[in-house]
Amino acid sequence: MKKKLVVVGNGMAPGRMLEHLFELSPDGFDVTVFNAEPRVNYNRLMLSPVLSGEKTYEDIITHDDAWYEQQRITLHKGSKVSRIDRGAKTVTSDNGITASYDTLIVATGSNPFIIPLPGKDLEGVLTYRDLDDVEKMLCAARAGGRAVVIGGGLLGLEAAAGLRQQGMEVTVLHLMPSLMERQLDPAAGYLLEKAFADRGIDVITKANTHEIVGKDGQVAGVKLDNGTVIGAAIVVMAVGIRPGIDLAKESGLNVNRGILVGDDMQTSDPAIYALGECVEHRDQVYGLVAPLYEMAVTIAENLCGNKAAYTGSVTATKLKVTGIDLYSAGDFAEAEDRQEIVLRDATAGVYKRLVLKDNRIIGAVLYGETSDGPWFFDLLKKQTDISDMRETLIFGQAYQGGSPLDPMAAVAALPDDAEICGCNGVCKSKISNAIVGKNLNSLDDVRAHTKASASCGSCTGLVEQLLSLALGEAYNPAAVQPMCGCTELGHDDVRRLIVAKQLKTIPAVMQELEWKTSCGCAKCRPALNYYLVCDWPDEYADDYQSRFINERVHANIQKDGTYSVVPRMWGGVTSSKELRAIADTVDKFDIPMVKVTGGQRIDLLGIRKEDLPAVWGDLGKAGFVSGQAYAKGLRTVKTCVGTDWCRFGTQDSTGLGIRIEKFMWGSWTPAKVKMAVSGCPRNCSEATCKDVGIICVDSGFEIHFAGAAGLDIKGTEILGMVKTEDEALEHVVALVQMYREQGRYLERIYKWSRRIGYDEVRRQIMDDADKRKAYFERFVFSQKFAQVDPWSERVSGKDKHEFQPMATLSLEAAE
Amino acid sequence: MNALTENWVAIGAVSDIPRRGSRCVKNGDTTIAIFRTVDDHIYALEDKCPHKKGPLSQGIVHDGCVTCPLHNWVISLETGQAQGADEGGTLSFGVKLDGDSILLDIGGAR
Repeated sequence: MKKKLVVVGNGMAPGRMLEHLFELSPDGFDVTVFNAEPRVNYNRLMLSPVLSGEKTYEDIITHDDAWYEQQRITLHKGSKVSRIDRGAKTVTSDNGITASYDTLIVATGSNPFIIPLPGKDLEGVLTYRDLDDVEKMLCAARAGGRAVVIGGGLLGLEAAAGLRQQGMEVTVLHLMPSLMERQLDPAAGYLLEKAFADRGIDVITKANTHEIVGKDGQVAGVKLDNGTVIGAAIVVMAVGIRPGIDLAKESGLNVNRGILVGDDMQTSDPAIYALGECVEHRDQVYGLVAPLYEMAVTIAENLCGNKAAYTGSVTATKLKVTGIDLYSAGDFAEAEDRQEIVLRDATAGVYKRLVLKDNRIIGAVLYGETSDGPWFFDLLKKQTDISDMRETLIFGQAYQGGSPLDPMAAVAALPDDAEICGCNGVCKSKISNAIVGKNLNSLDDVRAHTKASASCGSCTGLVEQLLSLALGEAYNPAAVQPMCGCTELGHDDVRRLIVAKQLKTIPAVMQELEWKTSCGCAKCRPALNYYLVCDWPDEYADDYQSRFINERVHANIQKDGTYSVVPRMWGGVTSSKELRAIADTVDKFDIPMVKVTGGQRIDLLGIRKEDLPAVWGDLGKAGFVSGQAYAKGLRTVKTCVGTDWCRFGTQDSTGLGIRIEKFMWGSWTPAKVKMAVSGCPRNCSEATCKDVGIICVDSGFEIHFAGAAGLDIKGTEILGMVKTEDEALEHVVALVQMYREQGRYLERIYKWSRRIGYDEVRRQIMDDADKRKAYFERFVFSQKFAQVDPWSERVSGKDKHEFQPMATLSLEAAE
Repeated sequence: MNALTENWVAIGAVSDIPRRGSRCVKNGDTTIAIFRTVDDHIYALEDKCPHKKGPLSQGIVHDGCVTCPLHNWVISLETGQAQGADEGGTLSFGVKLDGDSILLDIGGAR
């Protein structure tokens, strides 16, 4: 007979407890979970990245519906337990569900503390605790205005940074003289305040709030004791949490600040355990995740009859605001018997302070450069005698033992029981053993099997080094391929952050995303330039020096340093006048080769760079514009003659091709885009191997995409059928815009769509008319700034320096 | 021409070259590429990649290097040597500044 286990609360601590329990005893328990929130279990540590737009709710789910089903857990969502009947051993929820238990776990978490100020009940006064709060904040941010955050602790600052990133004006009010005073000393608090000021967030310390001012039941501002009034559209209270003990108290369990438990995590009723932020253990109440996970493991072990004890935790804190590195652990108040070692580098914004007592670290504050945090924390927890390395201690682990070690050696040198993942309490040997014992070979595997790096992710680098150590060359960190050697971030992360953080210049991207080189390289600069052109078409000024030479001089460089020039021939159609102008130009400039291209145009090869503007001038007089045969952009729309001439033609394929080309020319894309329109299924314009192709049939237009006929050969996928030319244009444009917004630089449409899934493209372009229209509108908007003929611009003098030598020295001068 | 003789010639102003860009100086049959980095250092290399003689002046300038437009070799602006796994070098020329004016040493390439 299975034991009946009922869990009240569905936060991260019970989630971890259940996982561990099922590992120990897969079939021992019949589990029922009551969740007051109407959703599955998610990672609360990651609420701040959701608020700032760097992650979505789906990204932070830890246990989805399938998991509960698989473990045969009965999950009552949106059901708040209102009564425990300890005599009958049952619990009842406020929506009338009753469940009986053999063992009960109370994990009611904590509640945000609301300061009893006048105006605290006004509409627009929020807390920062769960996803509902985040959604309310995001909603307020869309309306704009100012947010006042009361509380300059961890949560308050993360909320402030997130709201700022969402475009609100933000003021932080903090009662104490410096920020995060419980985790930071005043010097680090000052650096932090400065970093926030640099982001345009006003920080007011020693600010005592007098009342929240309202108008028509809605927040209008905050009034301080000194009479200052700050206007506000929302007020976020982030002044701390209180253990949620109401249910336990009403049920007659012993409570103080929290629910009292012993080292075995039992409450005053032996059939009831308490877990998480609602617990008070040895006079301590915890609000960080690592101790809660240790408690969770203790309970799971005890449920299975293994005698386990929780003896309290030393905690370390990390602020999760992108671009601000902050780590603190232990106790760092000044006292007679303590010494400190401090390293300051104001220019680099680095501050490190270690507090020592009897040659042991008892506190550490790191700001600006935090990679040694876990190492110091390890020394602190183990009470290691540091006298031998005292002189170099502050420089970190790499400087111990004589010469600097390479980073791999530092990880290799860590003891087996060194904690790698602070959130989930995973030590080095557990990770290494899992990699070898379970044949793990990716970061995701390690996350799945050990939980290391699965919460806040700040130990990801260390876990990857352990993978490399264990697997050597066999480890391929393909999970995220960095853009280039200048950054650890992949293309997708960079694109998302450019939008989320509203980065609008290349220097801003490099600064905010912590580029490792001073001005990038030939791989990342053209990519960043494209992403910025695409995301901010009206605001971004194209960075000429970040363009590959062909796009800089609007011609194609050849092996001997000369250039080739391809004028646009709309839909591949030309005329005697155009051909005559080409012939005259060829004669005048002695152009050595004239070649018909695969895209139905004429290529003039072997033109000296100095002659380019004059060649364009002559071609321009005949009405030619640049064919952009050099561009990561729209190249050609190849057509057949369609109903105008062909006895099989079903539609005006030439006309449609010309219309598409005239609509889309000049647009930049992640890689080149080649199109074709065929007038009938005989497909003379070879539309079924193009990036985007259209096959006309009697009943309309069949749209194709994701073909390739270069390094790879691939027939197209069918996007769908539409009836009219207008619809065909709208669908094609929307598809290209979707690719422009999501593609990685140099990734052709066939690779991009294979990566995200052909069905997803069909869903967004064919099935979701609103999405399609929005893509279309964004393309049209960006074309306002893109459709400028680069040739005529240069004929009239733009970038003149590019085509002239700086100086020509005579041989005499050289002697 | 004696390799030990210095021969400084004024070739133009720093502001003639775009930052992270390059301009060419023609000296008889030789083309010399003059580079200006993001922090306004000026370098001069023969405009020929050691790989397949690609015009380095047409490349992308980043940090102290230029990437050749033909096959992406990365060449040090200071030494003219190929970086990374590639091997080879191109001639480098002495450069000095006189106010905003650039002087190029065409006496002896290094």
